[in-house]
Amino acid sequence: MGFEVLLKGNNMIRLLEGLGVALKISLISVSFSIVLGIILGMLMTLKNHVINVITRVYLEIVRIMPQMVLLFIVYFGATKAMGINISAETSAVIVFSFWGTAEMADLVRGSLISIPTIQYESSMALGLNRLQTYIYVIIPQIVRRMIPLSINLITRMIKTTSLVMMIGIVEVLKVGQQIIEANRKSSPNAAFGVFATILILYFIACWPISCLSKYLEKKWEN
Amino acid sequence: MNEILRINDLSKRYDDYAILEKINLSVRKGEVVVIVGPSGCGKSTLLRCLNGLEEIQEGEVVLDGEIINPNKKNLSKSRERIGMVFQSYDLFPHKTILRNVTLAPIKVKKRKKSEVEAEALALLDRVGLLSKKDNYPRQLSGGQKQRVAIVRALIMHPEVLLLDEITAALDPEMVREVLDVVLSLAKEGRTMVIVTHEMQFAKAVADRVIFLEGGKIVEEGKPRDFFENPKTERLKRFLQTFTYETVENDEIEMEQV
Repeated sequence: MGFEVLLKGNNMIRLLEGLGVALKISLISVSFSIVLGIILGMLMTLKNHVINVITRVYLEIVRIMPQMVLLFIVYFGATKAMGINISAETSAVIVFSFWGTAEMADLVRGSLISIPTIQYESSMALGLNRLQTYIYVIIPQIVRRMIPLSINLITRMIKTTSLVMMIGIVEVLKVGQQIIEANRKSSPNAAFGVFATILILYFIACWPISCLSKYLEKKWEN
Repeated sequence: MNEILRINDLSKRYDDYAILEKINLSVRKGEVVVIVGPSGCGKSTLLRCLNGLEEIQEGEVVLDGEIINPNKKNLSKSRERIGMVFQSYDLFPHKTILRNVTLAPIKVKKRKKSEVEAEALALLDRVGLLSKKDNYPRQLSGGQKQRVAIVRALIMHPEVLLLDEITAALDPEMVREVLDVVLSLAKEGRTMVIVTHEMQFAKAVADRVIFLEGGKIVEEGKPRDFFENPKTERLKRFLQTFTYETVENDEIEMEQV
């Protein structure tokens, strides 16, 4: 079935290292996306015309452009056109953060505007000041609405990191291809075993996050 | 009795459109003032001005010598002294009934949790909702939620309680359970300013009734005079919209003709 190639030499360890690269890129990008997305999402709720136009254009660009095109533009385009030398991993982080920030901001904006004004008012009528109102009343409600949606975004970002091999990053999928190539003669069936293993690795990486989301959703049903 | 709340020449405008014009009102300690009037007359806005939820363009609201102003830094300090219950109850959906009630006294007044909880349970028991203490708001009926909202305001020991059409969003059969709570509060001498559409209730609970129309106080008086001998034509017309007998009589007369 082709699983035996993984036991040869340090193939399995290389595959795990590849997964590590993919997870590292997604983890850094997700962190940037969450922080920047929250700030941008809050800005989007201000009724400022200029901010609205800029963010709408930004959001549309992210929605329309395939991530792969963005990766090529940043990695190949920016290096040649602007003479900036950025490594492939940095390019990947920039592109994924660019994408994640837009989607996160939209989630934050949606959650913020879904909290009725009267929630702020009834909290302040009880004597809570603005900060206390945010801490005890508004943010807990926003987080509850956002967690399931943002976890969905995080798993999508982890899965999409498989694209970064296109700009030469040796992540799990690339390592898999290398293993298959190297063992083409001795194990012609390696492709199935290697890719199946990669499938399982991605599953192991994303499943706990999905479970966490389900758990929180159930816990916060009320 | 002593005056606790005073409104001096209060005016509120949106651009050029006047919502409230030169309102003067004084509320004594222990008094129940009921404000009635057609929808859009500014009665809810007036109530919201009393605890600084609305900006005002002219005049002032004075609570026991202290001016309440939405732009004031320590507005939340004054708000601690004025309780408000809204039409749509607005409990915090992510907190249990008990936590809804105990949030403000613990976080704002920094009172001891055990002591606040004991008081919260006693108050919930009083409005018949002790068994719901660990439920979430969405598991309660409208009338039950509104009683919790009243308890949530009461536990702050407000000097004045503002009730803004608290039965307007309720099914008719739930109105009674909420108004009974308010009546019992009136009996124990709480100072309240109430906006309502329930005329029978206004008659029963009020020490003084105020008729607001077009942003102005048109008439005010003791409930008996107010409802039985209205002085102004506008109040007469307003009160007639709540009585159905006259309509029936008209019909009989028409048949006879």
